[in-house]
Amino acid sequence: MSASALVADVTARRGSFELTAAFNVSAGRPLALVGPNGAGKTTVLNVLAGHADVERGSILLDGRDLVGLSPEARRVGVVFQDFLLFPHLTVADNVAYGIRMRGSRRAAARVAARPWLERFDLGALADRYPHELSGGQAQRVALARALAAEPEALLLDEPMASLDVEIRDDVRAELAGHLRDFAGPTVIVTHSAADVAALAVDVVVIEHGAVTQRGTWASLRQAPATPYVTRLVRQHEE
Amino acid sequence: MRRRGPAVTVWVIAGFALALLVLPLLGILLSAPWPHLPALLVAPETLQALGLSLLTGVISTALCLVLGIPLAVVLARSVSWPVVPRRLLRAAVTIPLVLPPVVGGLALLLLLGRNGVLGKFLALIGVTIPFTTGAVVIAQTFVAMPFLVFAVEGALRGADRRVELAAASLGASPLRVFRTITIPLVAPGIAAGAVLCFARALGEFGATITFAGSYPGVTRTLPIASYLASQTDLDQSIALALVLLVVSVAVLLGLRDRWLPGVRG
Amino acid sequence: MRLRPSRPARAAPLAGAVALLLAACSSPSAGPSSTTSADPLKGTVTVLAAASLSEVYSDLADRFEKLHPNVTITESFGGSSALASQIVQGAPADLLATANQATMKTVTDAKLADGTPIVYATNILTLVVPPSNPAEVKAVADLAKPGVKVALCDTTVPCGSAASALLSAEHLSVTPVTLETDVKAVLTKVELDEVDAGLVYVSDAKAAGDKVTQIAVPDAANLINRYPIVVLSGSKNKTAAWAFEQFIVSITGLTALKNAGFGTP
Repeated sequence: MSASALVADVTARRGSFELTAAFNVSAGRPLALVGPNGAGKTTVLNVLAGHADVERGSILLDGRDLVGLSPEARRVGVVFQDFLLFPHLTVADNVAYGIRMRGSRRAAARVAARPWLERFDLGALADRYPHELSGGQAQRVALARALAAEPEALLLDEPMASLDVEIRDDVRAELAGHLRDFAGPTVIVTHSAADVAALAVDVVVIEHGAVTQRGTWASLRQAPATPYVTRLVRQHEE
Repeated sequence: MRRRGPAVTVWVIAGFALALLVLPLLGILLSAPWPHLPALLVAPETLQALGLSLLTGVISTALCLVLGIPLAVVLARSVSWPVVPRRLLRAAVTIPLVLPPVVGGLALLLLLGRNGVLGKFLALIGVTIPFTTGAVVIAQTFVAMPFLVFAVEGALRGADRRVELAAASLGASPLRVFRTITIPLVAPGIAAGAVLCFARALGEFGATITFAGSYPGVTRTLPIASYLASQTDLDQSIALALVLLVVSVAVLLGLRDRWLPGVRG
Repeated sequence: MRLRPSRPARAAPLAGAVALLLAACSSPSAGPSSTTSADPLKGTVTVLAAASLSEVYSDLADRFEKLHPNVTITESFGGSSALASQIVQGAPADLLATANQATMKTVTDAKLADGTPIVYATNILTLVVPPSNPAEVKAVADLAKPGVKVALCDTTVPCGSAASALLSAEHLSVTPVTLETDVKAVLTKVELDEVDAGLVYVSDAKAAGDKVTQIAVPDAANLINRYPIVVLSGSKNKTAAWAFEQFIVSITGLTALKNAGFGTP
């Protein structure tokens, strides 16, 4: 079952780079984490997913602190930038994987995955393998797989980055629809203004390991606080 | 016009290389005593040696898989270790490859023989290893293990291990990740390694004869039987060699799709 | 197979006297130091000799090289049947010295010998046990007791056929744990205390010194292995080969063989 809020207040270190960020995410109001490359947004994602440690702080998902929990115990779904589909499993088995890990047998999991395949228009591709899919199809599988595991929160890492430029607008619109259907808090890491505009409601800007602006996309556009935000906003207007 | 010069040279040299590999086999085929072959092949010495070689080969390969896959995982992960321990680990795995087999057999004898460093304790509880079929399995496992470990390590390094992160985010514990994702991902590499391992175990001579001895039905494998026969009964020796040849080729052909991990077909 | 490449010669008192004798015969100038310039013997002599002859032949080769500095003797030791079969298959060698006449016959039958082989020494079998004598073996009859681990040569090798004949003569049914490819391998297993007893030649027991305990077998004197030596027709250096052969069957050589435990025919 999905949670209603994610409250993060963390300090994390990678080598000599230190990041401090605090933000809230409410269900139904996807949060975009934006910033230039190297600012620390990937670190935030890794910390939320459990692939990196925090130095201090907490990540509360409806009051439950995720810090110290292994990734598999967190119930946080991730859609990775290059999807990371399991190459040796069919589309159906990929989507069913999370259901299987939660205790179902293989056959039962496949049955339970059917509705998810339908919802993401993957019915015809059920027996294909990842290497046979197009970029857009692979992204749908990655999203379906993450959501079929019924996570409490959802993370997306640069959702459009692996896709051909021509299809991005269409895929983005479709993704926006799916995110609206997800009942838990959603965090989208991106450097693309188009992503922010279409997918998110709230925005947190991270530059050089610290939060430099936060608010709705509209408020950022009205009053950009740093040169980076100015450039970002302008990017969308072009 | 200039382009074709080097290419021809490459073909010619490759031709010689191929001849070096194939002609000795042709030599066996041409010298084989074809009329007597059926009788020689069903002779008790032949069947005994064949049965023993197949049995020990399969057990050794199974042992190499059980012990070697975890070692390959550790070896693949050792890239993040400091230099000295990392190099030492790799050198340790390579030892059976560079050690002459007879030296390997002698080392096993000095370790596990009834007066050996460890063997003397085993002898106290009534366990003696030399001159048993078990000793043959140990000798074969010793020489063949590196083939499996390096093949699996190569496959592990080549695979994109980040899918393990995806599996974890979907609720898989490390052990389940290993079983459902890592192993299937490197299965072609494991298969290729197992084939090499079996072939090496089948052909092992020096370590086996030094550590396990040579007794028909117990420790006299096909290569040993062939060598002994070569001194007095060349026909028998060639028959045994042919059996080895056929078994080896059959195994290789049976798994031909898996020769190169990661390369399809 | 054990190879003995030429090493610096050890001093031997007898060699000095023989050197003077040879120097007087082969050149007009007096003194051993001047044999170099007039010595007609030169080149390499390749000797294939039975494993039981390892120590004696190495020693004699050293001495011969010292007398004839322009000659290099290369020796390869192993099971007589293996050596004979190598010759029959065309291995280039100058001299062949086997441990029995049956193996020499395969070479003379193939018309590869130059003249008639000379029988110059004999050897009989003896029982050896490790110094600790773990199975408390006192006589050859103890080999048939259950639980006693015995190492023998394979019957395709001279010491093996002799052992088999000896055991039948004693009416003993012995099941060895291993049938080795040459007599030195049997000796090694006894020295390492990996077997309780082995049947080797008297000369091998002597060469092993106190690493093994020797137990005489009375009936062994009836089963004598006669050691023949012959120059091979394919030899490229018959002069030097013949000279070394003569050296081996000379007083010097025969004394060395006697000291090593060999008998006279």
